[in-house]
Amino acid sequence: MSKPVIKIENLSKLYRLGEISTGMLTNDINRWWQMNIRGKEDPYAKIGKVNDRTQNAVDGEYVYALKDINLEVHAGEVLGVIGKNGAGKSSLLKILSRVTAPTTGSVKLKGRLASLLEVGTGFHPEMTGRENIYMNGTIMGMRKWEIDNKLEEIVEFSGVAKYLDTPTKRYSSGMTVRLGFAVAAYLESEILVVDEVLAVGDAEFQKRAIGKMQEVSQGQGRTVLFVSHNMESIKRLCTSVSIFDNGQLSMMGPTLEGINQYLQKFHIEKNSWHKKDELNSEIGSSSEIDIHSVHIISNEVDEILTNLSIIEVEIKYSIKIKDDRFRFVFSLLNSEEIELFSASDFYLNTPKEVGNYSIAIKLPVFLLNKGKYIVRIRVDIPQTRVVVKSHDYVGFNIYHIVKDQIGVMTSLEPKGLIHIPVEWEMR
Amino acid sequence: MVMKEIDDWDIDIASKSNLFDLKLKEVWQYRDLILMFIKRDFIALYKQTILGPLWFIIQPLMTTLTYMVVFGSIAHLSTDEQPKILFYLSGIVFWNFFSASLLKTADTFSANAGIFGKVYFPRLTVPIANVCTTFISFIIQFTLFIVIYIIYICIAEYRPDISMAILLVPVLLIITGALSLGLGIIISSLTTKYRDLKFVVMFGIQLLMYAAPIVYPTSMVTDPRLHILIQLNPITPIIETFRHSMFGSGSMNWFFLGYSALFTIAILICGIALFNKVEKNFMDTI
Repeated sequence: MSKPVIKIENLSKLYRLGEISTGMLTNDINRWWQMNIRGKEDPYAKIGKVNDRTQNAVDGEYVYALKDINLEVHAGEVLGVIGKNGAGKSSLLKILSRVTAPTTGSVKLKGRLASLLEVGTGFHPEMTGRENIYMNGTIMGMRKWEIDNKLEEIVEFSGVAKYLDTPTKRYSSGMTVRLGFAVAAYLESEILVVDEVLAVGDAEFQKRAIGKMQEVSQGQGRTVLFVSHNMESIKRLCTSVSIFDNGQLSMMGPTLEGINQYLQKFHIEKNSWHKKDELNSEIGSSSEIDIHSVHIISNEVDEILTNLSIIEVEIKYSIKIKDDRFRFVFSLLNSEEIELFSASDFYLNTPKEVGNYSIAIKLPVFLLNKGKYIVRIRVDIPQTRVVVKSHDYVGFNIYHIVKDQIGVMTSLEPKGLIHIPVEWEMR
Repeated sequence: MVMKEIDDWDIDIASKSNLFDLKLKEVWQYRDLILMFIKRDFIALYKQTILGPLWFIIQPLMTTLTYMVVFGSIAHLSTDEQPKILFYLSGIVFWNFFSASLLKTADTFSANAGIFGKVYFPRLTVPIANVCTTFISFIIQFTLFIVIYIIYICIAEYRPDISMAILLVPVLLIITGALSLGLGIIISSLTTKYRDLKFVVMFGIQLLMYAAPIVYPTSMVTDPRLHILIQLNPITPIIETFRHSMFGSGSMNWFFLGYSALFTIAILICGIALFNKVEKNFMDTI
């Protein structure tokens, strides 16, 4: 085992909730009196609470954004930091980046640390691309000659060579992001701290950015701390993950194991959720047909579905009384129970003899948007009666949009109930 | 052996650090950044202007002309028998350097919150760059003063009584720069949490100008209490010394100049301590 390059010991960060007002002056004076004159501990550290955002904040309350974090990261490790919003991930990154100081505890680092909490920090719109490369590079701690040496590579990676001497205010937002990332990519620091900067930019850029990060960590043996909500990129990049929950480190381990635990812990349903009625072993049952199970099967090893995952709905059923008029109807509903579409085996020659069967419905890829979906199965005799139907027990979640056709988006995912590919043709 | 390993860390992030640790070594490592900040300030200031850096000259000239009319021709304030334009311009050039760098430095945290919140670099680079930027504009304006000064000597047969105190000019500049830096970082540190001070500074700096001999010579102040009050303004001895060295008028008082220097050192030390304390957590309060 290599030596740790990041060592975090008993790290805590206390924040005060509510607005800054005159009341703070008395608190400040009190704290200063208690700590510096009487030599006591911070009087407000004791009343700090574990950060639980589900409860309403009382004005003037103190909370721990981070509490007693102990963590070691070894050289060459790519550590993914995951957790819900407000779990303390950003606070940790801010402390590591030395943007803010911890309340108690310490962090020790070996080598230089570059933080990428944003791409293109320090860019000034009036300055040209070239000037901004130098501005951004020096802010990140590079010397001028270092940038001189790498200028060509940076320009090539960014792909804005043509506009190098144009003020960046004339750049498109994508170009600005690419230029900013290019500078960061050529930083020579032993430790790289990356926030969800990859969430910006188009799909192609994201791919390149992830590729570059892989190169940095695997090829050059640098240590990377990567914070993201995107399990897909965590999966692709990280060698291990640490889970943060309410300001505390709840788990640290190998990537896949960690992601699974995270999804379980926070009751985030994985691909399929399948709740059986305790009393009734069947999903749906009648005198003629029993539906035994409805399963969601996918090609994803870790069962985190994307809009490009191959998803199949497998139904196990048995026909007890033969009737050729039986029709299997499959419906897909969104989380608001709005029916997106239905399909049936009406035109197919599925066997209707007495016996046990298993049938799979294969969904097209690149169809669904991010979200929760419910599968409903029913068997009917058209225009006559419903024979049997499943309850709203089975469904799945699309976690990520790995391919979209919008490009720059105002929200995290494309708008709309579904997200299907269309063909564009110049006429 | 084990002990050595423990001490092998390059960066140690803790909740407290030495208040008087200047981190000058680190600031020196980031000297390229200071240069970039200066460059950025100039580019941002004069991009898309027709006259560009000419504004450096136009502004003090127009101010001088206004003072000549208002304080010279209308109010008939004495200029110690020196040419009005030189008298006012000498004061304005120094005062501009002081007030511009003070105002700019006082804005350090609020104007750079975006950058400070995203990446670490020694924060002191920003106020240092600010003072450097205003120093460059001072040099341009000072050159203007020297040019007019020489024109007066050559054409108007003006014969100033240049004293040896002229050798003190670099010292005067260092005091002015250091004083504005010290006051600026104190104000910027205090305004991160309580912004009230910002308003005080905005009009205070204008009023402070009248407490310094910019539009009048100290010789005009005859009331002894007022005289002391004006001498207590640390800028007063600087301008007095400068005028004395260039024109031979006014008085040069070593005692008050020493007071000005000591005052500056005290302010600078307080400023750095406060700045070091605030820079660690200011992102949480701004």
